[in-house]
Amino acid sequence: MTSRLPQAKGGFNFDNHVRNSAMDGKGLVLPKATKTGTTIVGLIYKDGIVLGADTRATAGPIVADKNCEKIHYLAPNMYCCGAGTAADTEMTTALISSQLELHRLSTGRQARVVTAMTLLKQMLFKYQGQIGAALILGGVDVNGPHLYTIYPHGSTDKLPYVTMGSGSLAAMSVFESRFVADMEREEAITLVKDAIEAGIFNDLGSGSNVDVVVITSENVEVLRNYARPNERGVKEASYKYRPGTTRVLKSSIRDLVTKETIQPTSLEAMDTS
Amino acid sequence: MDHFPTNWGNPRSEDVDNYNTYPVASHIGKAPHSVTQIAGFGHAAGHPSTHTQQPVVTGTSVLGLKFKGGVIMAADNLASYGSLARFRDVERLHKVADFTVLGASGDMSDYQYVKHLLDTQMIREYNADDGNTLETPNIYEYLWRVMYNRRSKMNPLWNTFVLGGISQGKSFLGAIDLKGTPYQAPSIATGFGSHLAQPILRKELETRGGEENITEEDAVKILKDCMKVLFYRDARSMNKFQLAKITEQGVTISEPLSVETEWAFAEKIRGYGA
Repeated sequence: MTSRLPQAKGGFNFDNHVRNSAMDGKGLVLPKATKTGTTIVGLIYKDGIVLGADTRATAGPIVADKNCEKIHYLAPNMYCCGAGTAADTEMTTALISSQLELHRLSTGRQARVVTAMTLLKQMLFKYQGQIGAALILGGVDVNGPHLYTIYPHGSTDKLPYVTMGSGSLAAMSVFESRFVADMEREEAITLVKDAIEAGIFNDLGSGSNVDVVVITSENVEVLRNYARPNERGVKEASYKYRPGTTRVLKSSIRDLVTKETIQPTSLEAMDTS
Repeated sequence: MDHFPTNWGNPRSEDVDNYNTYPVASHIGKAPHSVTQIAGFGHAAGHPSTHTQQPVVTGTSVLGLKFKGGVIMAADNLASYGSLARFRDVERLHKVADFTVLGASGDMSDYQYVKHLLDTQMIREYNADDGNTLETPNIYEYLWRVMYNRRSKMNPLWNTFVLGGISQGKSFLGAIDLKGTPYQAPSIATGFGSHLAQPILRKELETRGGEENITEEDAVKILKDCMKVLFYRDARSMNKFQLAKITEQGVTISEPLSVETEWAFAEKIRGYGA
């Protein structure tokens, strides 16, 4: 008897998948989601984590945003870089950030990086890769610094240095050449900047500026636009038109602001009964 | 005759007409779906014949870098059969003339054919005995025309070649891909190298201010570094490679060498976070 009652359906609804693939076969052109192209990196150094990202968002071959922010806040001690579909990375990190805050209030403790990682991977796996979010999660908690990569299908890796996005190979070549364990802060930041710059200059999906976030057990430094290697050059001449270039034949000025004066008619108080 | 009973009894398919001598309009856009179909067994004029193949035994990246006084190239000694590391002693750098080296990535059988073509050209040149020899830019132009011609016949040689050399005091470094695209630059990298090694090579050239400021020692060190990164991150590579150096003194192709690699970088990490 209970089988006749409507069963609650959890997870992702794949009902339209068959229809979509049939339409795709017939030549339907699906709208292109804004992707972040992207070079994102993270590494563990002596005192904690350094995360880095470029700032270009693309919609196909067009640059949609020249200076977007790809390093998202998750918790006071955790930040997440996002590559893939921009909307997905933005909303997923915001959702998990909110869940983490509720969790923090409930437990009364600082959130652990592995908690955020678990929340993210369980959600992404549930959606079977349909949420195009490829993330680099880094943070410092009671157990030290942790750095994870999370793929759209929900798999994770725990590593001392990671890169994601279309520029990940360019950035990884820099890391594989120069990464050593327990680097000093300046060295680590320079290496992250160089890796992102390799992505910016060698990958067409990445560009503009370098954002850096440094997380230690004591504090977090958000270095927005840490490097700006693509600033627009100063124009050599002024292209403003001299006043009088277009001859004025007639001018009439009308005041569109109505002038009002208020004259009180009686001194009685307002009746508010 | 169709030998499969399960195919009998169905209405005649419009896009396959084995007795047709005209091209059937409905074949437009449909690619042949089997080797036998391409080879022509049982196919009539209804299908276009195509030769565009897929590479079978392949070599991965070839790197090239100009330095002060010459050119240096690197390629590993592996020819893969898909994901199988089939032939582990293949020399993908080949001395063509006294001051020219050819590096090949992509299909190895096409590489062997091109080696034969170039040998034939060099012999012809030698027989002409007119005091001229084929210089690197000449060999490059010849190779480019061969590649582009094959591409235009829809039957490409599935390679990306790198040609490095020195002629009349000037160093030469260029690549030609399977479509016949020629590209000359102070740094060249094919295959995975274009993603992993080219950023490193370009950065080195930029910080040092050009190839004139790179010594032979520097160039060797840079290429070895690139080969190390490639061994780490290219799943079809091997830690056994050769370096070819071309200077005014001639061509030297080194014995196979390898780089030191570090695999204990994540010793302290347990699991993947679960």
